[in-house]
Amino acid sequence: MGTPITATAARLLAGGAADLEAHRARYGPLPARHDAGQLAALALAAGLRGRGGAGFPTGRKIAAVAAGRRRPIVVVNACESEPASRKDAVLLRYAPHLVLDGAAIAARALGARTVVLCLHRGDPAAGWLDRQLAARTGDGLDWRLASLPRRYVASEASALTHFLNGGDARPTTRPPRPEQRGVRGHPTLIDNAETLAQLALIVRYGPDWYRTAGTGTDPGTALVTVGGAVARPGVYEIELGVPLAAALAAAGGLTEPIAATLVGGYAGTWVTDPGLPLSHDPAGPDATTIGAGVLVALPARACGLAETSRVVDYLAGQSAGQCGPCTFGLPAVAADLRRLVTGGADPDLHRRLAHRMALVTGRGACAHPDGAVRLVRSSLRVFAADARTHEAGRRCPPQPPLLPIPGPNQQDPTWH
Amino acid sequence: MALTNTATLHVDPIACQAHGLCAELLGGFVTLDEWGYPILPPHSVPPALRGAAREAVHVCPTLALRLQSSRPE
Repeated sequence: MGTPITATAARLLAGGAADLEAHRARYGPLPARHDAGQLAALALAAGLRGRGGAGFPTGRKIAAVAAGRRRPIVVVNACESEPASRKDAVLLRYAPHLVLDGAAIAARALGARTVVLCLHRGDPAAGWLDRQLAARTGDGLDWRLASLPRRYVASEASALTHFLNGGDARPTTRPPRPEQRGVRGHPTLIDNAETLAQLALIVRYGPDWYRTAGTGTDPGTALVTVGGAVARPGVYEIELGVPLAAALAAAGGLTEPIAATLVGGYAGTWVTDPGLPLSHDPAGPDATTIGAGVLVALPARACGLAETSRVVDYLAGQSAGQCGPCTFGLPAVAADLRRLVTGGADPDLHRRLAHRMALVTGRGACAHPDGAVRLVRSSLRVFAADARTHEAGRRCPPQPPLLPIPGPNQQDPTWH
Repeated sequence: MALTNTATLHVDPIACQAHGLCAELLGGFVTLDEWGYPILPPHSVPPALRGAAREAVHVCPTLALRLQSSRPE
């Protein structure tokens, strides 16, 4: 895959086992079946939090699914819609059966018969993963592969559920949550691929072992995708709670002075403090969390506002177009920021932008508008000096774009 | 105790199509943003506006509005 893998706190990436035989030789057979209450208790004792971005306690989600009356369904979310993230793709290539073990463990505990592995349409790993699923005949499960449209919000849990039910891959109004009524009306456990791989390790080695890494409130390790001005961009495994500088060092360290690092993803925040701890607990002035594990070091010569503006243009275009404040508000926020960057700022711009950001926040059915606003707010704080330069009518010298934006050939025009 | 219950207004943001009837009926309490979508105060509907709030829920063309009763704090 061309992605260098060097683990600093290797658990998930401790040893590659690309096929089932190698995996069983390394990790042994599936552990004995737990019931749902035991599995939820194990996940809670370990302190496992979801690795898709939100960091929700996995044990609570399992318990919520188990509380339903109908037979649950398990969904592995491996869509990885964050354009700068590669962690789930690397994990699925490197240790696919850890992910699938986690899904099988959850399915068996919940009494689920069906497990759906969700990828983005056109994912080059689909054919290979299909063969990995076919090899798992001993699980007694109906393994399925689903391909979602390549859009930023398509893998949000309610959107993914709606798609698997035959609808658009667009978010829906909640309640009901997928845990209550999800795929085909059944209680549905939707977990990120990495979360399930961590669960597979917790069930094998125990919560106490799991807690020997990470922090008290966010134990264990996490996969991060490190990019930008580092010597060896790629996917790395870090202990939760380590300082940002340690994660950048894992990727070979900085290649030049940087202005800030984007942390989390495109709904994330800009961070200047190299000592900021990376975990799902908010830290620093912008309440930074590790989110989906994206870390991009921005060279000092680049313009953080211009980079943010490009991303927010993309995010505005990724609105599902359902909720008014997102459909109209995000393009308005994106246009204000673009005006600031291109030197067209009017005297009212800052007040208007602040007002619009407040208007958009919390008024969508999903967290998409809130995420975009979080990034803009953080950029205006971290790059405040640059904002003043731009307002004075001066432009930054042109730089090649850093943060990846999916091109027309990397996105799907429809939601089906 | 129905008399001591309070109620807050909620909108389904996907269903809302910015018809704006709620802001007309509840002027001052419900305002519209610059795109015509209602901004609902998080606090409970004042007693004097309860009737208008119920009517707004009733006449919303997309049935996007609902009153949710909540216990007084």
